Amino acid sequence: MSQGQREFSADHLKLDAGKEAERIGAFIRDGVFKRLRRKGIVVGLSGGIDSSAVAALAVHALGADRVVGIFMPESDSSDDSLRLGQQLAKKLGIRTFKEDISGVLNGAECYRRRDEAIKAVVPEYHAGYKSKLVLSSLDSSEFRISYVVVQSPEGVQSKVRLTADAFLALVAATNFKQRTRKMMEYYYADRFLYAVAGTPNRLEYDQGFFVKNGDGSADIKPIAHLYKTQVYQMAGFLGVPDEILKRPPTTDTYSLAQSQEEFYFSLPYDKMDLCLYGKDHQLPASTVARAMAVTEAQVERVYRDIDAKRAVAHYLHMEPLLIEPIGTGGRHS
Amino acid sequence: MTSIETDVRRYIVDKLLFGRTDTVVNGDTSFLESGLIDSTGVLELVAFLEEQFHIKVEDEDLIPANLDSINALTSFLERKSAASVNSQR
Repeated sequence: MSQGQREFSADHLKLDAGKEAERIGAFIRDGVFKRLRRKGIVVGLSGGIDSSAVAALAVHALGADRVVGIFMPESDSSDDSLRLGQQLAKKLGIRTFKEDISGVLNGAECYRRRDEAIKAVVPEYHAGYKSKLVLSSLDSSEFRISYVVVQSPEGVQSKVRLTADAFLALVAATNFKQRTRKMMEYYYADRFLYAVAGTPNRLEYDQGFFVKNGDGSADIKPIAHLYKTQVYQMAGFLGVPDEILKRPPTTDTYSLAQSQEEFYFSLPYDKMDLCLYGKDHQLPASTVARAMAVTEAQVERVYRDIDAKRAVAHYLHMEPLLIEPIGTGGRHS
Repeated sequence: MTSIETDVRRYIVDKLLFGRTDTVVNGDTSFLESGLIDSTGVLELVAFLEEQFHIKVEDEDLIPANLDSINALTSFLERKSAASVNSQR
């Protein structure tokens, strides 16, 4: 695709969804049966677009009888997550299991540790409060500062800047959620000799929007190359229910509703896609700015934020360090 | 080198470079652009400034012009200290 032929726009991210579904389908079949030598796929269903697209692609590739969906609600999950996940599973005709992970999280003291972290900066906070973690916007400063937003039982909200220690304690506690879900997915993978599918899209994978050994862990990641807008196109093509296609992306990790822009990305996903595409294809900030109807300076700031997040993501993507390679010799191909 | 700058440089070597002395950080090296600091690093830096220099870093202070290099930090701290002395008169 030559950039010189037409003005850069969202059209550059348009997929031939049918062709791409075939390509991914072949990758899943080869990956699961030949390389991983497993009988099917387990996918955690959150009622969101990414896990829905992955489940639909897995069914497209392997057939419904080789796909298992797991619902894993906990005390802070939105009711919509379970309802929409069930709606999708019914439409796809796959086997499902429901595991409420609140008990495991309580056992690990996830909620107590989270509450303690918040109390360090909001002393009046107690279990009746709701909360979420938010980042300052890129427009206010290139330093993205973390705040906790709390809502009292009376509905009064306040936003307090986190200390480094409280921030790390809060994230470490809530990361139990993603890690517990992955543990449960691997239980079913072991139980049925299936592979676990990861559900990150390209934005999440590239920018490190996942928990190491939590949602970042999987045997196969079939949509990690797709921009988020392309995941929507793919999901639409595969017949994912409209309500899921229209649901705004959410992290579903905190008790107050939290958008992905509040928590991680600097712009809504459709604009982030354009910036990431522009950066990956060395497009000047001015070209991307025209396509998005924003200023060149804004795009330059997002380009720098992408680099900053890639630096953080590097650790998340790293394999364990070894003194020397092990077990790679003496094998005939 | 002022004592403020010495303290700031010691923090950079101890906390951002993990004691490595093979990396040269010039007075105007951007912490953000050189990858020395991320969003957690900014919060740690704020904790250090508040504790070491007995100042309150406000939300509006959290901009690269104040915190993104040794030179920026040194002048920010000098301004803050001067403001604090003036307010006590």
